[in-house]
Formats: sequence, structure tokens, C-alpha cells
Amino acid sequence: MTRLSRRHFLQLLGGAGALLAKPLSGSTAPRGKSKSIGRVIVVGGGFGGATCAKYLRKYDPAIEVTLIERDRQYVTCPFSNMVLGGIREMKDIQHDYARLASQHGVKVMHTTVTGVDPVKKKVTLADGKTLGYDRLVLSPGIDFKYDAIAGYSAAMAETIPHAWLAGEQTLTLRKQLRTMADGGVVIIAPPDNPFRCPPGPYERAGMIAHYLKQHKPKSKILILDAKENFSKQPLFQAGWQAVYPGMIEWVKGTEGGKITQLDAQNKTLISELGDKHKGDVVNLIPPQKAAALAHTAGLTNKDGWCPVNQATFESTVQPAIHVIGDAAIAGKMPKSGFSANSQGKVCAAAIVTNLRGIALPESSYVNTCYSLISPDYGISVAAVYRLKEGTITDVEGAGGVSPKDVDAQFRKHEAEYAAGWYASITKDTFG
Amino acid sequence: MSRRPFQLFCLLVLCGIFFGLTTVAQAESTVTRAAMLANNCSTCHGPDGHSPGAIPSIAGKPAEYLATALREFRAGTRTATVMTRHAKGYSDEDIQALADYFSRQ
Repeated sequence: MTRLSRRHFLQLLGGAGALLAKPLSGSTAPRGKSKSIGRVIVVGGGFGGATCAKYLRKYDPAIEVTLIERDRQYVTCPFSNMVLGGIREMKDIQHDYARLASQHGVKVMHTTVTGVDPVKKKVTLADGKTLGYDRLVLSPGIDFKYDAIAGYSAAMAETIPHAWLAGEQTLTLRKQLRTMADGGVVIIAPPDNPFRCPPGPYERAGMIAHYLKQHKPKSKILILDAKENFSKQPLFQAGWQAVYPGMIEWVKGTEGGKITQLDAQNKTLISELGDKHKGDVVNLIPPQKAAALAHTAGLTNKDGWCPVNQATFESTVQPAIHVIGDAAIAGKMPKSGFSANSQGKVCAAAIVTNLRGIALPESSYVNTCYSLISPDYGISVAAVYRLKEGTITDVEGAGGVSPKDVDAQFRKHEAEYAAGWYASITKDTFG
Repeated sequence: MSRRPFQLFCLLVLCGIFFGLTTVAQAESTVTRAAMLANNCSTCHGPDGHSPGAIPSIAGKPAEYLATALREFRAGTRTATVMTRHAKGYSDEDIQALADYFSRQ
């Protein structure tokens, strides 16, 4: 019969003490399998996925988190318009995953997922190997509905760029702007809702105008919009008028703005009404859908986006799979980097509480998007959300856009805060 | 049954409960309503309120200062660019939870 000696007692106490001390010892130490309370795989290392991976570990270091991301360097869409405007360089908008691994104990794998088996709870990687999970988080981002515009394709986008996934095409578009002659016409053709970054095309117009005003002041920007109105519209239009009078023209969808055809040979866009618009530089942004992986995994609805339980971001199609970021349908939240970051944190909390069998506190969601008219002229839109009858809904009376009648100092402050926002959100997400 | 195996049994059970409670407590102490609210502040004010850029740090500021500032932003009696719009989204209870959370960072 085992006898409880003082030595045994101390061993037991020491063991319990070590277990107790573990969560305080930092999250970087490698963890034995026996101590893990669950395996979470996060696919996609953008604002949603990277944030979710980091906050899972921050909430509970006893969870094994693997982040699967194709690229070693992530190029942010936020501030890619500033690269076009010449006030940032590509290196300023690139981030890696070193700190997620070294500071937060996230296992980072640079590969792609080719399949998801929701029954056996495993994903297949590009090399054919499989990886099991208890919970899977997909933050795959967007793909384009090229077939909505006759004559456009992924291959064509290399010369007529959408530049709506920051990277190579951002540089292509910048090069085209820099080689254009003074007096040229730049066309920006934004898609119908919903799409990634609702104020993005209009910030892009301002940033391109900032470049043109200095180097090619006789040039024009024509925005051919599929929509009838757009995010922060009165603020953008007042800002353009103040800083770039007469340079930017906006055409709404029903007045010939909705583009259905591209004549690439002649750099000409054709509207559904038959109007033809020739540009010297053409930036054609097609309608969008959740990225391919969401479709492969069978998580999308007829519109191409992923319905989720908006409290936990668990797919309503497949259990134990969560979808966050632009691919998800998230009530009133826009498809933005901030929204994805906010959703990543809520999703992490939902997974931790689920694996622990404890209650999820009431969630809170926020979005704040800054846009620049010029380097000294910023505007913003903000919203605070709560879950109401299953849908992420604006808290009444909160949020809204920057005021209409304020002085130049206010706009300058918002431009400074836009840069501060970028520094903070990228640190919160990647570092 | 002798006493000693029973003592061991009790101790093991207690250790089990202790371990279970401490690990659950780990998650419960981090996944709080206050954290759910505060996490959204970190996106602009930096991780746990430590800002790396132009937006002010709020980590470690006295709770009373933070709560007063948020209440005044909400009432519109303190000027701001975006905080007057954000603060309207939070109750007195939320504001106190946020102020306490960031004062401890």
C-alpha cells in the first residue's frame, strides 16, 4: 500500500505549484502535449487571423495555436493608398510573423490549406499532409468576381490592376501613375456593396490626386461607381473640393458609373448604359466574394459570403469552424481591417470559453476607419456594436463620421491619428 | 481500509480540484467582460493601452482620470476628434470597467 510520506506530499505540492505557476511564466515556453487543453488552427494571417491567434494565446497559454499563412511578409491594404500617393513606401506596410511565434507562442506555418474535413476535424496542407484541430478559424479574406465584368480576369488584372490586395499590383498601379503624362485621365471604378474597405476607393482618389497635384497638375481623376452613394461621401467630396478643386469627378451607378465591360486593348471601360470611358490609367475594382478556401470548405451562402453565429463567429453551416474578417457576414460591421481585428478577439474569447466549458461574457465590437484626403487632412468613421437578437447592431447614438464644419487643425489631428491608428493596429495584430 | 491511503486519496482529489480550478480560473480571469470591452480600445491605443504612435497611451493612468475623461467625452463637455463618438457607446458600468482595466495595465 502506498504511504503518504512527507516527500510524496512535497512532490505533490510542488507539482501543483508548478501547474499553478505555469500561466504566469510567460507564453513563450514550449508546452508539452499533456498540458494542452485544445488545438486551434487559424488559417490566414491578416488582421483577423493574426489577431485571433495572438489573443487565443494571450487569453489562455494552454491552447496550442497553429497559424497557417501562405506568405512570410504580409502587406496591409490599409495605407497602401499612401504608397500610391507617395507618402509611404512598401516596406512601411509590410509585417512578418516573427513576434507571434517568439512573443506569443503561436506556431506559424507558411503553407496553404487545400482542403477541410469538418467531420474528421482536419485540414489538408499543400504538401498533402493533414493536421487535426479541435477548433478551426478561417480568416481567408476576399476573392474577385471577375466574371461580373466582361473582358476582365485575374491575368488581365496584372496590367489593368485592381490593387485591392496590396502587394505587386499596388506597385504596378503606382508605376503606371508615375509614367503617365501630365493631363492624363485616371479612372477608378469601385464595385457595388458589400466589398472590402468601403471608404478605400475614395481615399485612393485623394491620394492619387495628392501625387498628381504635385507632379501632373493638369490631370483628372474620374470615379465610375457601381453605387448610388458611398462611405463618408459628403466629407470626401468637401475635402476634394477644398484640396483638389475640379480634379476629381464622381459618377454614380444609375448615371453611367456601373461598369460591366472592359476593353483592355483601348483601356476603355463600358457602362451598363453603353457609355465608354477611356483612361490613361485604369484601376478597375471588381465585385467580391469570400476567398476560395471558404468556398472549398462549403461555408458560403448564395452571395458568396459566410454566414456565422455573430456571437462566436462559428459557421452556421459547419460546427467547430469559425469564420472571421471580410469573408464573414457580421451584421452591421463593414469589411475592414479594424472589424477583422475586433472579430478576431471576440472569436478567440468564444473558443477559449468553449474549450474551458465556461460562459462567454457579452461581446463588444468596434470599428474605426480613418481616411486621408491629403497628408494633412484626415477624416474618420466610428461605430460601437452590440449583439441584438443575433445580429451585430450599432449602439444607438454612438459612432458616426467626423463633423462637417471644423477647422484645418481638426483635420490635421485626424491625419496624425490615422498614422497613430496604423502603428497601433499593426502592433496589436502582429506584435 | 487504513487511514493513510485514504489521506492520499483525499490529497489527490484536492490537488485535482485545485488544478482544475486554477486552470479554469486562468481563462475566467482573462476572458472577462472588461477585457471584451477593453480589447477594442487597444486597436487604436495600442496593446493593453500602450501606444506605439500618435494616439495617447492609456495604460496605467488613474482609473478616476480615465472614467472622468470618458464620461466627459460622452457628455460632449471634453473636446476630441473621435472619442466623443466612441464614448456614447458605453454605459456608466462599462466606463468604470474600462477605467479599472487600463489603470491596472
